[in-house]
Amino acid sequence: MSVLQALYPIQRHGIRALYSVNRLSAGLGAEPVGLLAALVVVVYVLAAVAAPLVAPYHPAATDLASRLAPPSRAHWFGTDALGRDVLSRTIYGTRVSLLVGVLTVGIATAVGTALGMLGAYFRGAVDMVGARLVELLQAFPYLIFAIAMMAFLGPGFWNLIWALALKGWIEFYRLARGETLSQVAREYVEAARAIGYPSSWILLSEVLPNIMNTVTVVAMLRLGYFMVLEASLSFLGVGIPPSIPAWGSMISDGRNVLFVAWWVSTIPGLALLVLVLAINLVGERMRELLDPRLRVA
Amino acid sequence: MRPLRILQRVLLAIPVALGVAVLAFFSLHLLPGDPVQIMLGDTNTSAAQIRAMQHELHLDQPLTTQLALFFGQLAHGNLGTSIVQQRPVSTMIAEALPATIELTAAALVIAVLIAIPLGLLSAVKPRSWIDRVVLSTSLLGASMPAFWFGLLLILVFAVDFRVLPTSGQIDATIALQPVTGFTIVDSIITHNGAALWSALRHVLMPALTLGAVFAAVLARTVRSSMLDAMGKQYVTTARAKGVSETAVVVKHALRNALIPAVTVAGLQVGELLGGNMIVETVFSWPGLGRLVVNAIFAKDYVVVQAAVMLYAITYVAANLVVDVAYTVLDPQLELR
Repeated sequence: MSVLQALYPIQRHGIRALYSVNRLSAGLGAEPVGLLAALVVVVYVLAAVAAPLVAPYHPAATDLASRLAPPSRAHWFGTDALGRDVLSRTIYGTRVSLLVGVLTVGIATAVGTALGMLGAYFRGAVDMVGARLVELLQAFPYLIFAIAMMAFLGPGFWNLIWALALKGWIEFYRLARGETLSQVAREYVEAARAIGYPSSWILLSEVLPNIMNTVTVVAMLRLGYFMVLEASLSFLGVGIPPSIPAWGSMISDGRNVLFVAWWVSTIPGLALLVLVLAINLVGERMRELLDPRLRVA
Repeated sequence: MRPLRILQRVLLAIPVALGVAVLAFFSLHLLPGDPVQIMLGDTNTSAAQIRAMQHELHLDQPLTTQLALFFGQLAHGNLGTSIVQQRPVSTMIAEALPATIELTAAALVIAVLIAIPLGLLSAVKPRSWIDRVVLSTSLLGASMPAFWFGLLLILVFAVDFRVLPTSGQIDATIALQPVTGFTIVDSIITHNGAALWSALRHVLMPALTLGAVFAAVLARTVRSSMLDAMGKQYVTTARAKGVSETAVVVKHALRNALIPAVTVAGLQVGELLGGNMIVETVFSWPGLGRLVVNAIFAKDYVVVQAAVMLYAITYVAANLVVDVAYTVLDPQLELR
């Protein structure tokens, strides 16, 4: 350890992170729409976690005697063509949507941010390879890329997440790369370099905390998009396998009975719309609170 | 300066297009197992048949030879032969393409007709009730899964009111002489009023479904770029000169605000192309998207490979056009 390193010890960024969280929760609570949206998201998460307790029926339990039963006291949102309870399946479907969305965002954010930071910090070959990969992946419209991947990989929970994340990371890569480039040019990074801190430490403890807010906001705004993509793929039959209740495949099931039973498609779609809307509202609010530079006019 | 810039941009697109083709080539090798066996299914096919098909697809050759043969075929416009339909894939795509273009064009028209007036109104009176309605509707539109919106439209207009057809491009009972392959264009050329009416009724719901999300994004862009333009000095100058408010908004501000709107429209082309697959499936629209989705279920991977490649190349080309248009439209770009 050099004298300078002893004089300027590594600062922990816990206080700053705490400040962000505080400001965020206070800010979300301060405005009714943001608060409502946040509450809706919390309710969905709770429903997903406690699905077996909340759902009135088993999601796969068929009751052929009451096929396509309209909404009633026994089945609040009716039953589908196999007599399965739509409400219970919708509640279980929350799990798939949230899991796929969160895991995809998680993987895409982690990989994209890491590669983007490395590319911007070290430049050279890492940066070159990243840039070419991004260019190639950007040539495909997202949904078409995912559909093609799933067509060749086959339906499956993890296949779906990989297919989505394989293209999803590039947005975070570009974001993190640009942000890191602008941070690296600042004095505090120069100072840390002069003192002799290792690159890994500079990236993780100096640069990352400074770009984290922007990355978090974009991750939140992407979450809803990934959920819609998942539902779209499941709707087409190339996403989640039919054995798992998912909103997209439920909507697809309902399509065949649309003329006799409106509820089968409508309910899971409404569930998805409300969740995605709430997530987007929370995301926009987060953007206003955490990242004034990204604020829309 | 400008022609050079455009040339540079065009040249940069070439390696990307080649990369897309290479990825498309390798997609068959992603299949878990032997592509031929998967495509032929579990039906009792003899080993000789499998070998013949492997030979036809050049799968018995070394990988580098396969790649060279693939590019050789591409250069001749040969996209392979469909295993299910035993027809050239290029013919199948050419048959499906007009329907997709017609749907996309109709969706674009609807989106622009909705988005520009709404974005304009909400920018002229920011924070008014109309602004709030436009902003919240556009957020709703952007959060909505397109396929579900399509089903809602069917529920309302086909199930409840029974006023619009739910599938296809035209009534099966109407005879239309094909000229260009575009249903609406053909019915106008051949002065076939009944066909035109039927075609327009058929395209309305799918185009509205496809255009809705696009309109949501576009309205927001028009709004924010209009707000931006309305604050500029040339607007103040125009007002000071005594130009009427309508003329200020339409002639001065809107013209300038449309440049960023065009860019956003270009960036959304990918969403439109992807949305096509969904909407065509919902409304059984006989276009490229449905061709791909059907091919996926028929395990006709040669068709999937070719169509995805075509989608990507179209997307690259569209982005290129937007970039070039932007260079031409925005004189400031040269100064940067």
